[in-house]
Amino acid sequence: MSSAEPPAIEVRDLVKTYSGHTAVSKISFTVAPGEVLGFLGPNGAGKSTTMRILTGYLPATAGEVNVCGVPVASRGDEVKKFIGYMPENNPLPDDMRVAEYLHYRGRLKEITRRKLGPRIDEVLELCDLTRVRHRIIGKLSKGFRQRVGIAEAILAEPPVIIMDEPTIGLDPHQIQIVRDLIASLRGRMTVIISSHILPEIEMTCDRVLIINQGRVVAAGTPADLRREVFGQARYELEIAGDLAVALPSALAQIDPSLQIAETGAADAGGFSQLTLTSTRDDDLGEALLHALTATGSFRVRSLCRIQPTLEDVFLAATRRGWELLDTPASAAPTPKRTP
Amino acid sequence: MKHFTTILSHEIRMLLVSPSTYIAAVLFLSVMGFVFSGILERYSAAAQETSPAAVFFQLFWLPVFFMVPLLTMKCLAEERRLGTLETLLTAPVSTTEVVLGKYFAAYFLYLLLWGATGGFFYIMHRFAGDARFLDLGPLLGGYLFIAVSGLLYIALGVFASSLSRNQAVAGILAFTLLFGIIIGVRFVGSLELLNLEAMESLRAAIDYTMVFRHLEDFTRGVVDTRQVLFYVSGTVLALIFSILGVEAKLLHS
Repeated sequence: MSSAEPPAIEVRDLVKTYSGHTAVSKISFTVAPGEVLGFLGPNGAGKSTTMRILTGYLPATAGEVNVCGVPVASRGDEVKKFIGYMPENNPLPDDMRVAEYLHYRGRLKEITRRKLGPRIDEVLELCDLTRVRHRIIGKLSKGFRQRVGIAEAILAEPPVIIMDEPTIGLDPHQIQIVRDLIASLRGRMTVIISSHILPEIEMTCDRVLIINQGRVVAAGTPADLRREVFGQARYELEIAGDLAVALPSALAQIDPSLQIAETGAADAGGFSQLTLTSTRDDDLGEALLHALTATGSFRVRSLCRIQPTLEDVFLAATRRGWELLDTPASAAPTPKRTP
Repeated sequence: MKHFTTILSHEIRMLLVSPSTYIAAVLFLSVMGFVFSGILERYSAAAQETSPAAVFFQLFWLPVFFMVPLLTMKCLAEERRLGTLETLLTAPVSTTEVVLGKYFAAYFLYLLLWGATGGFFYIMHRFAGDARFLDLGPLLGGYLFIAVSGLLYIALGVFASSLSRNQAVAGILAFTLLFGIIIGVRFVGSLELLNLEAMESLRAAIDYTMVFRHLEDFTRGVVDTRQVLFYVSGTVLALIFSILGVEAKLLHS
């Protein structure tokens, strides 16, 4: 084995077809040890299928998957020891008590009896489950069940944790707990989570992978994705005055790359809403305000820089479905901003 | 096979806290109790040639038909319906361990319930106060037959459960399989068609699988290894098919 640490997860050209229907087509990505990766995608995009293949639960049709340098296809039994997995909808047996269930799972995951007791206490504490440790799982509320699933996934301290929609059905307080929990794992364990809740992913993940119709449509840090998908900084301006001639020349003086992308109709007060674009990354807001008000020929009512959220990136990326690898980002048409 | 005992003890525990086990137990013991008291009445009315134990085990199929499906229908179908099969198989456990653990847990309970009928004979022995009523040979032979044939019946139940995610479907399928192997074979064996000379080999094969003949032999004290082999090989086959059933469902889920 080489001295360099192998990537925690390495997926190359993964394909999965179900009786003619392609669920995953040629997905490739790698995850470094200690990284938190977010899987985003609409329903049926192939997120769960990819996760199931990573855990060795489903066999892949083609492609290669390595977890901690071990191929899943040929050495699946070894790989299972590296992974803590929480499936979609978090299935749990209804007729067991929380501590009992964790004990059973711990034994299956080959934790020695001596270590298991303290470790169960520890994860119960971590997931804020100590109060319900003797309750029957079937009678717990959704938030508690979800946390039992997470506790189970981290129980054996595996190097890789895969969670399919861990925060679904949780209230804001519980989401906060899960977020802190995942943050505490960062650096120690590799975590892959999938979610529909975009701010959630944005806050917890180092890197995001957007999947649509079985393909990776965008990958990178949330900030990278914004830049890749939108390509430029955008400003929204409400202004009155001579917009046809004087404004473009005034803008050109501030920065040559400033362009008027859209012009709205003037309202009763004579103000129009404009969208400006610029290729400059640094904020031009102050310069704009200063220059436009200094001449006295324009009246400015508001100015703001549009920060595209991950939601915009997600919608733009999944709507167009362009492939990151095939098409350069700049060639993509400017997407419409969603309110 | 590291996890076999973990799964086995877990499954036995889960069976012991599940209501369906107790329903099966109450049904079983009350039916067998009625059968047994019926036999005793017949014996008190007139002298009979065979021992009560032999007659008692003649009716073994009656509880097998409902008890085996009740004990086994849950084991894999329920796991699949809840989705816990996914968490179970993504733990470092092989499908073989899971199926064997569940199989032996159900078999253990099956033996436990049949073991409870030993109480009937004890009560008879105690109150009759006559050693002649308790013919130990047929009794032990009968229980041995129950233990050996139970291997196959429970395996068929587990197999049925591996094919469906619906407990009711699994239960009915198990019932059908058991009916086929216990009553169906007997029916086929009585067909006139088999008396033809060309059917000689088929007839031999059916005679070999005749469950009631096995029972007779066992209660007479004849333990034929061919018959034991029939049950053991059938069990192994059914369990292999169960493992394949679970894995095939994974491939196409």
